[in-house]
Amino acid sequence: MAKQITIFAGHYGSGKTNLAVNYAIALRKAGHEVVICDVDIVNPYFRTKDSEEVLRENGVRLIASPFANSNLDIPSVPPETSAAFDVSGMYSVFDVGGDDSGAVALGQFADRMNEREHEMILVINRHRLLTSRPEEVVTYMREIEAAARMRFTGIANNSNLGPQTTCEGFLQSLPYADAVSRLTGLPVLMHCVRADLAEQLAGKVPLLFPVHIYGKSEWKISEERKSFFHQLT
Amino acid sequence: MGEKFLMKGNEALGEAAILAGCRNFFGYPITPQTELAAYMAKKLPKVGGVFLQAESEVAAINMVYGASAAGKRVMTSSSSPGVSLKSEGMSYLAGSDLPALIVNVQRGGPGLGGIQPAQSDYFQATHGPGHGDFRLLVFAPSTVQEVVDMVFLAFEKADEYRMPSMILADGILGQMMEPVEFPESAHVKTFEKPWATNGMQGKRKKNIVNSLYLQPDELERENFKRFERYQKICDTEQRWEEFMLDDAEVVVVAYGASARIAKNAIRAAREKGIRAGLVRPITLWPFPEKILREKAKTAKAFVSVELSMGQMINDIRLAIECTKPVYLCNRVGGMVMTPDEIEAVIVKAQGGAK
Repeated sequence: MAKQITIFAGHYGSGKTNLAVNYAIALRKAGHEVVICDVDIVNPYFRTKDSEEVLRENGVRLIASPFANSNLDIPSVPPETSAAFDVSGMYSVFDVGGDDSGAVALGQFADRMNEREHEMILVINRHRLLTSRPEEVVTYMREIEAAARMRFTGIANNSNLGPQTTCEGFLQSLPYADAVSRLTGLPVLMHCVRADLAEQLAGKVPLLFPVHIYGKSEWKISEERKSFFHQLT
Repeated sequence: MGEKFLMKGNEALGEAAILAGCRNFFGYPITPQTELAAYMAKKLPKVGGVFLQAESEVAAINMVYGASAAGKRVMTSSSSPGVSLKSEGMSYLAGSDLPALIVNVQRGGPGLGGIQPAQSDYFQATHGPGHGDFRLLVFAPSTVQEVVDMVFLAFEKADEYRMPSMILADGILGQMMEPVEFPESAHVKTFEKPWATNGMQGKRKKNIVNSLYLQPDELERENFKRFERYQKICDTEQRWEEFMLDDAEVVVVAYGASARIAKNAIRAAREKGIRAGLVRPITLWPFPEKILREKAKTAKAFVSVELSMGQMINDIRLAIECTKPVYLCNRVGGMVMTPDEIEAVIVKAQGGAK
């Protein structure tokens, strides 16, 4: 059962943005009014805004800084973000910047979030070098919680190697997710895997959440510049 | 090789440097390079190393000078405007024959420019950033995996030739994530440093590391000696990758991320019956003149693909002694060319569509 507020946070590069976009679209498809808030103040690249089009097509409202993906490296949270708390019946998804430095942005909303029904999800990826061991995840988790002044409520196992992700590789991440769960006392809420692999893993993995790769593989600066990463060999 | 990890180029630069035995990092943050410094800040203290965020780039490069003079493997990193600030220190490193690694994750310029990727510091890197007659060894990886190899090589060659080396990356390579493998046990050649100012311990006379010469003839002698070394490097250290080159009529020259886009353009041109091929310089200094001179005998034309206003193109012309036309395909300011744009220039260079 989805909560009214869902926050995705964790180590940078663990796939929070793409997961947040997928989650927002899934909520919308379940019939809810959804807004997604980009509160990343750390990374000027690879932002929720990359998925602007797919969000619009799916009827998800996007609140993002006008400086995201621009030449201006300004760590700012758009003032419209407050709207996420004001509209009753609205479901909101927060895409938080990586690590504790990104989670700082969450602190200003902590009181409002804590008094509302919310889920704060720790996104983990076994194939990120600095969080490849469960104990390391715990260190990151504590730092993020301290900076955000909020507690995580669950885990999203988003273990992937980008285009080289395989079903076998993903199955190997299950014990890792369980270990993180044991160490933190948090439940694993979802095992996230690329949609084409999810089809093959159906029935083998519980709590499967198929993800589509949206903005992540693109290096978008302007309309003129087409998706850059597809041009790489 | 071990397990695969999904890493940004910036992180791979950091991890590879640590594996290569670097325990000293002095820097100052700047986009799009900051993840490298952040990685070092997290990781170096855990392996007994020193991460220090200096008060400025100028301070950082002079700390590098100090650590290197003491015989330590040391690095700094920045992006374009920050590298300009470091240029005085690089000249001092070169003038004192000190090895060090300087990483430039390039962004758009000139001036403050922008934070999107560019390759417009080519002149700066390859012609000696700073005053005086000197060179840097310049390595230009084009994948995150290659970043790892280049870091090892850059440290090794810097020590071998007692000179600073640079990894010239761009914002694309710094920011993009790709799966990488690190060697299980890093084999990095180390060199004796009998010149290091690391304590006499009653065993030797004092070492002096310095770039000031009171007598002009002495300074001239040192310059000539250094350039003999540079000549040896030009003879033995040119590195490049060849792609579909054997029968190429149109030789595309591109490095770093641009070379990956160029490969797609070359494939597309081949499908149209145009014999195009790629020389990807892996070392930008020494520039891979040998292969270009060789290809100039048979090729019809050359194409320089670069995210700058035509910088590398000059080195291509010099290498082939202007015997063949050299065309330019470029985007700047953080814009990146598409394979189609490159293909169009290949077609033009070939003499129009068949």
